Amino acid sequence: MSLREKVFEFFKKKETVLSGGGAKAVEKQISMGKLTARDRITKLLDPGSFHEYDMFVEHKCKDFGMENKQLPGDGVVTGTGTISGHPVCIYAQDFTVAGGSLGYMHARKITKIMDHAMKLGVPIIGINDSGGARIQEGVNSLAGYGEIFYRNTLASGVIPQISVILGPCAGGAVYSPALTDFVFVVDKISKMFITGPEVIKTVLGEEISMEELGGAKIQCEISGNAHFFSESEEECFQQIKRLVTFIPWNNRKKADTFPPKPPKFQYDIEKIIPESPREPYDIRDVIRAVSDDSDFFEIYERWASNLVIGFSRIRGETVGIVANQPFVLAGVLDVDSSDKAARFIRFCDAFNIPLITFVDLPGYLPGVDQEYAGVIRHGAKVLYAYSEAVVPKITIILRKAYGGGYIAMCSRHLGADFVFAWPTAEIAVMGPEGAANIIFKKEIESSSNPEETRKAKVKEYTDKFANPYIAAANGYIDAIIPPRETRDYLIHALSVASRKVEERPQKKHGIPPF
Amino acid sequence: MNDEFKDLFVDGSNYKTKLTRKFGMRKIKPEVEDPKIIKAFIPGLIKAVYVKEGETVRRGDKLLVLEAMKMENQILSATKGIVKKVNVEVGKVVVKGEILLEIE
Repeated sequence: MSLREKVFEFFKKKETVLSGGGAKAVEKQISMGKLTARDRITKLLDPGSFHEYDMFVEHKCKDFGMENKQLPGDGVVTGTGTISGHPVCIYAQDFTVAGGSLGYMHARKITKIMDHAMKLGVPIIGINDSGGARIQEGVNSLAGYGEIFYRNTLASGVIPQISVILGPCAGGAVYSPALTDFVFVVDKISKMFITGPEVIKTVLGEEISMEELGGAKIQCEISGNAHFFSESEEECFQQIKRLVTFIPWNNRKKADTFPPKPPKFQYDIEKIIPESPREPYDIRDVIRAVSDDSDFFEIYERWASNLVIGFSRIRGETVGIVANQPFVLAGVLDVDSSDKAARFIRFCDAFNIPLITFVDLPGYLPGVDQEYAGVIRHGAKVLYAYSEAVVPKITIILRKAYGGGYIAMCSRHLGADFVFAWPTAEIAVMGPEGAANIIFKKEIESSSNPEETRKAKVKEYTDKFANPYIAAANGYIDAIIPPRETRDYLIHALSVASRKVEERPQKKHGIPPF
Repeated sequence: MNDEFKDLFVDGSNYKTKLTRKFGMRKIKPEVEDPKIIKAFIPGLIKAVYVKEGETVRRGDKLLVLEAMKMENQILSATKGIVKKVNVEVGKVVVKGEILLEIE
């Protein structure tokens, strides 16, 4: 055969593989409102940047009639490409080929591209859309999953790992996204659960639909397994593209710098805070008032919304924001928000992203359900994460910072590099009402008008302690700053801390309260 | 805007704030299990019943066998006493939380 004939033959073989499970399967996929695997990759990556590998990998299974089955690419598409010029490694399971089920060679393709990403130091993006383990391949499917999870763990903190759930992701398969850094879900398309509705019905007799059990809304609002919610696959890809611009390629680099931009003029910081200290406001307005172009990329928006996390830029550099949200549950810390904060702090620490903490919380959420759920264990995670982090840590206390909440939100004592407070800050061991009731208990009880005395004592305590000056007198905060100068102080602090190097005692690793 | 805000009492003070969906679903008073009431912890099939009404039992005595999740689960007594009522027989299919046996 001549060269030309050989090349022609190759193109024909390639075309067969590219058609996936065939026209009928592709039609079914589209009728369910889902895109095909290769379509998803081309839509997510920069146009023309995708190079596919391992197209001709075939399964080796000889049981249950599998030897007669041709599965193009063994049901997964892997390769490399770029997003906004950032190189990434990517894999997308192909639901049109054997339901995207995971067999041994399918898993081998995935682990190969993951090893690639680790060696080359680029992020790995996994698009999950699979019926689960390929039952015909038996334990070999399980082996495949195990190898993937192991690599997810080894890659954790080395390269950013992103999971996109664009179909079912059930049973053991769901542990890969759980180990990755960011999980994206799409309404009505994503389904994540360990045991599905059929098994739950058989074993427990409880009826529940797939959407109610593990649909996108549930994962984003209740279980906290997914970080980003979108209404369509296109919207999801836009979110991923935005995320990638904020994070570095790997843990040896810092995120890309962008041209600095001032915040938008409509975010006037002094107009955002209400007159009364008990009235709520949206902390995201404060974040936007100090960020470049007022651009704040929120993560985990729908889960534990009493704490806000996300990325923004200050003078062109990515920063990680952790902030109490007085708008929701008065900004308290609780089981879920502690988990949310702790994991994000560790991601920023692993990937050289400075942390900026905005503090305005009355304390921890009271309640028997919180105590029984282990708010003690979970709350400890925030203390651990902040203490362990060696990236520049800047804290701004806006209003309330009482008791344990003051300590937990990156206080000087947990190693914050800069702690600033607004004149409206209230740094005290307890809220004035609670404190007055305890300290002046005898006086209140023995007085002729307890209610009047109590009010007077609360005012006394408020005037003396509900301010930043006592903490300032002890050197626990570095400066009291007028709100309108917040951004300037942040810019200066970040620039001074930009070469920070901090050591930790030599150890294999700590033992966080998992 | 103000009617969205509810009251939340934290550390002696009342705050006006929004509440989350999950907060609304929380259990305010946890159920304390009475060791004298033996409930099925999972739906399943009664494979064996070892005691009769009126019989004395000690802590740790075998009461019944509940087959579920591919296992024959031994249900033991958590307390000593006399069997007051046996609600099941061999072959009965039970649901989660069904009262199987009562001790006094």
